[in-house]
Amino acid sequence: MGRTLAEKVWDDHVVRRAEGEPDLLYIDLHLLHEVTSPQAFDGLRKNGRSVRRLDLTIATEDHNTPTLDIDKPIADPVSRAQLETLRKNCAEFGVRLHPLGDVEQGVVHVVGPQLGLTQPGTTVVCGDSHTSTHGAFGALAFGIGTSQVEHVLATQTLPMARPRTMAITVDGELPEGVTAKDLILAIIARIGTGGGQGYVLEYRGEAIEKLSMEARMTICNMSIEAGARAGMIAPDETTFAYLKGRAHAPEGADWDEAVAYWSTLRTDDDAEFDAEVVIDAAELSPFVTWGTNPGQGAPLSASVPDPASYEDASERLAAEKALEYMGLEAGQPLRSIGVDTVFVGSCTNGRIEDLRAAADILRNRKVADGVRMLVVPGSARVGLQAVSEGLDVVFKEAGAEWRHAGCSMCLGMNPDQLAPGERSASTSNRNFEGRQGKGGRTHLVSPQVAAATAVLGHLASPADLSDAETRTPAGV
Amino acid sequence: MEAFTTHTGRAVPLRRSNVDTDQIIPAHWLKKVTRDGFEDGLFEAWRKDADFVLNRPERRGATVLVAGPDFGTGSSREHAVWALQNYGFKTVISSRFADIFRGNSLKNGLLTVVLEQQTVDALWDLVEADPQAEITVDLVEREVRAEGVTASFELDENSRWRLLNGLDDISITLGNEADIAAHEEKRPAHKPRTVQA
Repeated sequence: MGRTLAEKVWDDHVVRRAEGEPDLLYIDLHLLHEVTSPQAFDGLRKNGRSVRRLDLTIATEDHNTPTLDIDKPIADPVSRAQLETLRKNCAEFGVRLHPLGDVEQGVVHVVGPQLGLTQPGTTVVCGDSHTSTHGAFGALAFGIGTSQVEHVLATQTLPMARPRTMAITVDGELPEGVTAKDLILAIIARIGTGGGQGYVLEYRGEAIEKLSMEARMTICNMSIEAGARAGMIAPDETTFAYLKGRAHAPEGADWDEAVAYWSTLRTDDDAEFDAEVVIDAAELSPFVTWGTNPGQGAPLSASVPDPASYEDASERLAAEKALEYMGLEAGQPLRSIGVDTVFVGSCTNGRIEDLRAAADILRNRKVADGVRMLVVPGSARVGLQAVSEGLDVVFKEAGAEWRHAGCSMCLGMNPDQLAPGERSASTSNRNFEGRQGKGGRTHLVSPQVAAATAVLGHLASPADLSDAETRTPAGV
Repeated sequence: MEAFTTHTGRAVPLRRSNVDTDQIIPAHWLKKVTRDGFEDGLFEAWRKDADFVLNRPERRGATVLVAGPDFGTGSSREHAVWALQNYGFKTVISSRFADIFRGNSLKNGLLTVVLEQQTVDALWDLVEADPQAEITVDLVEREVRAEGVTASFELDENSRWRLLNGLDDISITLGNEADIAAHEEKRPAHKPRTVQA
C-alpha cells in the first residue's frame, strides 16, 4: 500500500524501531529560543553532556525581545536575564545565535524558512508549539517541551510514537478577499481544538496548491490550535522557487539531488489516511474568533452565538465563560464589536506578504481615533524588506506604530501588552484568556481584517471600506 | 525523573474544558530559568478569585487534579507541568489531554490519566460532595480507585516502564549510539546545515 507524505518523511528518519518502543527519530534541524532552553542547557551541564550536532542547531531571541529602543539595555531585569542566559549558553556550548540587533534575528519560525534551513523532507523541532509552521515546506515539524529540547541537544534524536494521519482537503478556490487565515480559523472551528489530537494533518486540494509559501505557513502554523502537533503540505514548484538561492538552500548538484528527492514527497494515490475532512473553499468568507479558544470562531458576517444553542454541556459552559470573559452578548453582530488595539505580526502573520496585505488596505487611509495599531515584522529581515518597499511609511502615515521584530503582543512577554479589559483584533494565533496581557480580550483575524478593523474601529473586512468615505487623497 | 508507582490523595475538581497552558502558567512566569518556584504562578489569573476551587480551604494539600476535557492545550511550555508539580500535584485526570502537555508530563513523572468523561463526572461528584474523599491512582495495576469508582486506564507499556522506574530518556537513547551514528552516515549531502561542521 502507498504511504502518506507524513509517513514517508517519518520513515526516512527512523534511527531505531523495536517492538513495544516508540520509534527513535532523527532530527534534521533544531531551533532554539530563550524561553524553553535554559533548563535544557542546565541539564546538559549537570550531566557533563555536549551538543551532539552544532551544525544542525541554531538559536535566536524572540519571545522576550522589546520592539522599541532595541539599542538600549532591556528594561525588564527578568527578561534581560533570560536573554543573557541564552547568550551565555550558546557561547559555552558553541551554538550559532542571532541575538537582538542581528540582521537574522526574529521569530524563530520566520527565521528558519527565510534562511532556507527549513526544507522539504526534513524533521524540524523547537521548544515552541508553533513549530508546525515549517510543515508548509513538506517538513515534519513539531513543538517539543524542554525535556525534549535537552534530549535533542544531547542525541539529535527523539523517541516518538508514530502519529496517525488526517487529510484536510480544501476543494475549489478561495473566494476573492478570503485568506489563508480565514481558512485555518474555519478549519479549527469545524474540527475543534482537540480534533487533530494524535494526528499529523496534511492540507491538500486545489485551494492549498494555489497558496503562496507565506500563506501555507499561516495554515500549518495553526495546526496546533486544532490539537495537531504537526501539519504538512506537499512540496511543489512554489516551494522550490521559494527556497532557490536562499542562504542555506542546496546548490549545484546538491540542489538537483534535493529537488529529485523533494519531488517524491507526495502522498501516494493508494495511500490511506486515518481520517479525512473535506472543506469547500467556495463557502468560506472572512472569519474571526469571538471566544477564548481558537475553535470559538465564526464568519465575520455572523453574530455572537448563544451558548444555549450548544448541545454539549461542556461546550455550552465554555461558551458561557467565554462570553463573560470577552464582555460580549449572545446575538450581537460580530461587526459591531469595537476594538482598542490592532496587532499585525507573529509567526502566524508576520511575514512580508502579510505586511503588504495590511499596508495595501491602509495606504492613504487612517487608523480610527482611539485605536492603537502595532505592526511588528516577524523578523529583522522582514522589517528591512518592508522598509525597502516603503511599507513602514504607509503604516506610519496611517497612524500605526512600526516596531522591531519579535513575538511581541502575540503573548505579551515583552512590554507590548493589552491592559485589563482592552480588546484587540490580532493576527496572532491564540485568543486565550490573558494571552495578550492580563484581562485582555483577543479576536483572531487575518491581516486584511486587522487593517480594515483599524480603519473603522470595529471588526470589519476590507469590503466594508468605502473608498469615497475613508480614503484620503494621496499626499494629504 | 521521579518514579511513579501508586499515589493516593485528596482531589481538586476543575470543571473546565480547554484549560490551556497559558491558564496553567501565564507567560510572564516563563522568564524564569529554573525548573522550580512556579507554584505561585499556577492558575494565577483564576486564583485571584477567592471562590476559585484551588483557593477553597478544604482543597489545601490536595494532590490529584481532576480536570475537564482538552487539558493542557496551546503552548508547549513545560513550565505548566513544573507549576503543577511545584504546587504539589502528583497526577492529573482528564478525558483528553493535549499531545505536547501529555508528553511533557510523562517526562517529568507527573502521571496524566485518561478516563472516560463519565468516570471523570463521577469523580467530580464524589470529591465535591466529600472534599476529604481520596483518589488512588495505581500505575502498577493501571487503575484509578475511589469510593464507588474503579476504572482501569491505558498507558503504553514503554511509558509505564519508564515512569515506574523513573528512567532518564537521554541515557536510554545514548545506549543506541551505534544506531544514531549509522543513520548519520547515510544522511544525504543536500540536508541543511546551520554551520560548517
